[in-house]
Amino acid sequence: MAELDLNNVDDMYYDVLREIGNIGAGNAATALATMLNTKVDMTVPKVALVEFREMGETMGGEEQIMAGIYLSISGDITGSIMFLLEEKSAHELVAKLMGTSAGDFVEGQPFNEIEQSALSEIGNIIVGSYLNSLSMLTNLKIIESVPSLAVDMAEALLSVPAIEFGMVGDQMLLIQTSFSEDTELNGYFVLVPDLPSYTKLLKALGVMQ
Amino acid sequence: MAEMIKVGMADLKLCISPNSITTLGLGSCVGVAIRDTSNKVGGLAHVMLPDSKEIKNNSNIAKFADTGVEELVRQMEKAGAIRSRMIAKIAGGAQMFAMQQNSSLVKVGDRNVAAVKKKLAELKIPIRAEDTGLNYGRTVEFYPETGDYIIKAVGKPPKTI
Repeated sequence: MAELDLNNVDDMYYDVLREIGNIGAGNAATALATMLNTKVDMTVPKVALVEFREMGETMGGEEQIMAGIYLSISGDITGSIMFLLEEKSAHELVAKLMGTSAGDFVEGQPFNEIEQSALSEIGNIIVGSYLNSLSMLTNLKIIESVPSLAVDMAEALLSVPAIEFGMVGDQMLLIQTSFSEDTELNGYFVLVPDLPSYTKLLKALGVMQ
Repeated sequence: MAEMIKVGMADLKLCISPNSITTLGLGSCVGVAIRDTSNKVGGLAHVMLPDSKEIKNNSNIAKFADTGVEELVRQMEKAGAIRSRMIAKIAGGAQMFAMQQNSSLVKVGDRNVAAVKKKLAELKIPIRAEDTGLNYGRTVEFYPETGDYIIKAVGKPPKTI
């Protein structure tokens, strides 16, 4: 099998990933809307391979506090996926889900245990819908692990997939999603399949021969 | 006017007093700060992985503990620092998520810290202080003039080691 060179892929590859991102995010928005019982729009404005050293900046600052939900995937493709949500958006979503008022936003305000499990669930649903779309489009079996949550600086959270990806390259695939209902919420997917899985994914999608 | 130099992930830079040097949001990565105590030539490396020899794609030497620390020391020596006067301080190497099942990732923070220590011992550079492990991210600032290494974390007061 020809090995994929990630630093040397054409626009078609991005188009396909953007489209998967769109469909996945659309499904995630539907799931979120059902859960929150409101209308939720979700868009995929950006898909990019980002250099490690520029990642934090791309996401609005290395030290920006974010909630990260991390899962490993197995089955026909292996790797991991992380969904990151800006702290403010995370607080708003949790409040909405729990039917409480978000109150005034204070930066660095910790999430209590119940809020944390609500956040994990939100992440699980969003990531799950995304992976479902990917699985359906590619006909590949994708099994996800139990999600794990951490709230910390963006760069620190990103170091986890970055290290995984660092074994094959110096860049990482970042899918930026913004979804809106009453207010705009900003989230990011970081999809990290290992290199053989990339090839499998692209073949299944008909991008690679 | 002293300025603060910024080091990104998988990167390293020199810093000469009165300037200071920082790297933001260390997670499982390790920030290795070294200075010559006499002429105040210093530097900081933000290493991601323990061993360049385990990885096929290892062209970015700043990414690995073994090659990154070596390169930082080499650049410092080129800038006038003397090996026997160097001391190091290290921070980072956290485990950010409770579950990181992928076998290659298990305790990568700990392995990064161990690899940095091994390399520093090989180069005969003593470690004066460390703030490593646990489960949270750290931003660090290093001042080659005084050797102060300031650690900042979310929801915690800054500390100097």
